[in-house]
Amino acid sequence: MALKNLPREEFLFPGAAACPGCVGCLSLRIALKALGKETILVIPASCTASIEGYFPKTPFNVPVLTIAFEAGAAGASGVSAALKRLGKDETNVVVWAGDGGTYDIGIQALSGAVERGTHFIYICYNNEIYSNTGIQRSGATPFGAWTTTTWTGKTEHRKDLPRILMAHEIPYLATASASYVEDLFRKVQRAKTIRGSKYIEIHIPCAPGWRFPMDKTIEIGRLAVETGAWALFEYENGELTFNGRSKRILEGQVEPKPIEDYMKTQGRFRHLFEPRRDEERLTEIKRHLESDWARFRKQVQLQTA
Amino acid sequence: MTVMMDTGNRIAAKAAQMAKPEVVAAYPITPQTVIVEEIARYVQSGQLDAEYICVESEHTVMTASIGASATGVRTFTATSAHGLALMHEMLHWAALARLPIVMVNVNRTLGPGWSIWADETDSVAQRDTGWIQFYCSGNQEIFDTVIQAFRLAENREIQLPVMINYDAFILSHTSMPVEIPDQEAIDEFLPKFKPFWQLDTDNPITHGNLVSEDDYMDIRYGMHLAHENAKKLIPEIALEWKETFGTYHGGLIEEYRCQDAEFIIMAMGAIGAEAKLSVDNLRSEGHRVGLARIRVIRPFPNEEIQRIGRGRTLIVVDRNISVGSGGAVFTETKSALCGLNDCRVYGFVAGLGGRDVTYEDLADMTRKVMNNEASETEWWDLKETGGA
Ligand SMILES: Cc1ncc(C[n+]2csc(CCOP(=O)(O)OP(=O)(O)O)c2C)c(N)n1
Ligand code: SF4
Repeated sequence: MALKNLPREEFLFPGAAACPGCVGCLSLRIALKALGKETILVIPASCTASIEGYFPKTPFNVPVLTIAFEAGAAGASGVSAALKRLGKDETNVVVWAGDGGTYDIGIQALSGAVERGTHFIYICYNNEIYSNTGIQRSGATPFGAWTTTTWTGKTEHRKDLPRILMAHEIPYLATASASYVEDLFRKVQRAKTIRGSKYIEIHIPCAPGWRFPMDKTIEIGRLAVETGAWALFEYENGELTFNGRSKRILEGQVEPKPIEDYMKTQGRFRHLFEPRRDEERLTEIKRHLESDWARFRKQVQLQTA
Repeated sequence: MTVMMDTGNRIAAKAAQMAKPEVVAAYPITPQTVIVEEIARYVQSGQLDAEYICVESEHTVMTASIGASATGVRTFTATSAHGLALMHEMLHWAALARLPIVMVNVNRTLGPGWSIWADETDSVAQRDTGWIQFYCSGNQEIFDTVIQAFRLAENREIQLPVMINYDAFILSHTSMPVEIPDQEAIDEFLPKFKPFWQLDTDNPITHGNLVSEDDYMDIRYGMHLAHENAKKLIPEIALEWKETFGTYHGGLIEEYRCQDAEFIIMAMGAIGAEAKLSVDNLRSEGHRVGLARIRVIRPFPNEEIQRIGRGRTLIVVDRNISVGSGGAVFTETKSALCGLNDCRVYGFVAGLGGRDVTYEDLADMTRKVMNNEASETEWWDLKETGGA
């Protein structure tokens, strides 16, 4: 759907206490447009729990259950079960959690809920850090990135959570990006129509956390996809499909832009270029990226074979 | 009315079934397992029309119960020891969210080393979470208290979660005859749950967002007032139950042969049942001894204890320990009586980790106090010192 044709109705009002220009908020606003009024949000500790603002005011126009950090999917399990009892099974139960609340502390509850086939949508907005507590590393932080707990750069690659969830045979999974809102809107709409557990992960460049000027946010999100640092795909009925630019990269129709073009826009990678190039770590980043895409290709080829 | 001859756990499960919860999230732990197995059986055989969520941890048990209760349905669960400890964060959450979740906790020892026997330290360690806490001394009391707990929790003046505790194995796995009222009579006593707040797409509230330092304290005070209200309501509900169904176990405290007593044994749970025998035996020896069995530790029955304690000597026996302080009932009783100089209080820590506490032990503790041989606090029957 074209941007101008998105539903006019708003479920996240202005005045939320996010950093100005936060695309986490933007994505939530778009996701809520796709979800509509019949939605209950479950929000664990994260930036979003803070941007809810002070009681008794709220920027949300759907009911929200704020819950403990590790407990998003667990809270949704209870809400979903109760809605079934109340005959309101059609209401969307949606967890909106950060990557810390998803990859790290919340993975047990998420795995349990998906294994049980809980009827809900779990959306992880992945800004690749714990931003709410001041830019600490998470399991989703990329190799080499500076955070306040990895001062010289993270020494591990990010965990592949989508693959872990595919191993749960989740009915629907998608990755999205705040820089491609039509794609995001479509994926949330798709998730709404499917029974059981759905997982959507949105790539969210975070200006204060990644160290770049706020007005570059959308551009950097695009560069992530154009360089292949972030891939847009969908997984449904055991089938993996790539979308948009990522599809063209996968099929070799376009060359990905050099990964350094993406990294150089962000202060969190500066130490890999200044005062001199860290060839060893840059090589490792490229090797890992290529191995990711080689695996993607193999998986898609296996499907068509 | 029928009579069911069964264990504490199966009686608790029966009570839960008759209370008709709509969502039960559960996770097994010895010695609570039979409860979750029984409820699964009730649900899967169509004897309980509810959603049963077989979750992956106790943290999720409590979180899912919070989610379900916040969506507006009656919620029950059960746990023990390490399960209860794992829930700790969400116990606070349930109480602060003012959700009337009812939970059975089978009092079991905490590790290491692993032990499954009776010890109240697991639930005593959760005193500050805001939950109302009962301790039962027999299977009839377990049945009656589970049903009464829903009435209490769901009352507008309360709106708090309630925990019903009883001793591992001594009650959980011991059969006793229990009077089970007819379902219609239970339905009349406990009508369908009407939530006070609920997640509702027609009324989109945000629950649990930031609270300013100006507002938080009043939320806590509201919980405190609810506990004060519970001090009135718990005895009222117990009396209404007595009039309707005939069984009764006391209000906040069960008093046994206290009227002319000079010495009063105080205890919770199964030790409180055992102590009746000690009282009878000591009385037959000519001693004026009574029993005050604490049924409710939160809210703590300060006023009742002040009334009972006046002019008497109290012998408090705790199967729990706050290390570095003392037994819970002892320390709280002392604080309730602070300023009253016409009573004496002795504390015995006994039976930790399931060590047996017999009516003989309780009588011996009492004799020791009567003979002025006891120190103010003692650990009873220690091996290293050859016993106190
Ligand atoms: C049990 C627990 N541990 C730690 C915290 C502190 N905490 C709150 S939010 C947060 C980080 C959230 O990170 P993420 O999920 O990535 O969301 P973001 O802040 O990036 O939006 C942490 C560590 C907490 N609330 N609860
Ligand atoms: S820190 Fe980042 S994710 Fe959090 S509100 Fe600000 S821009 Fe958004």
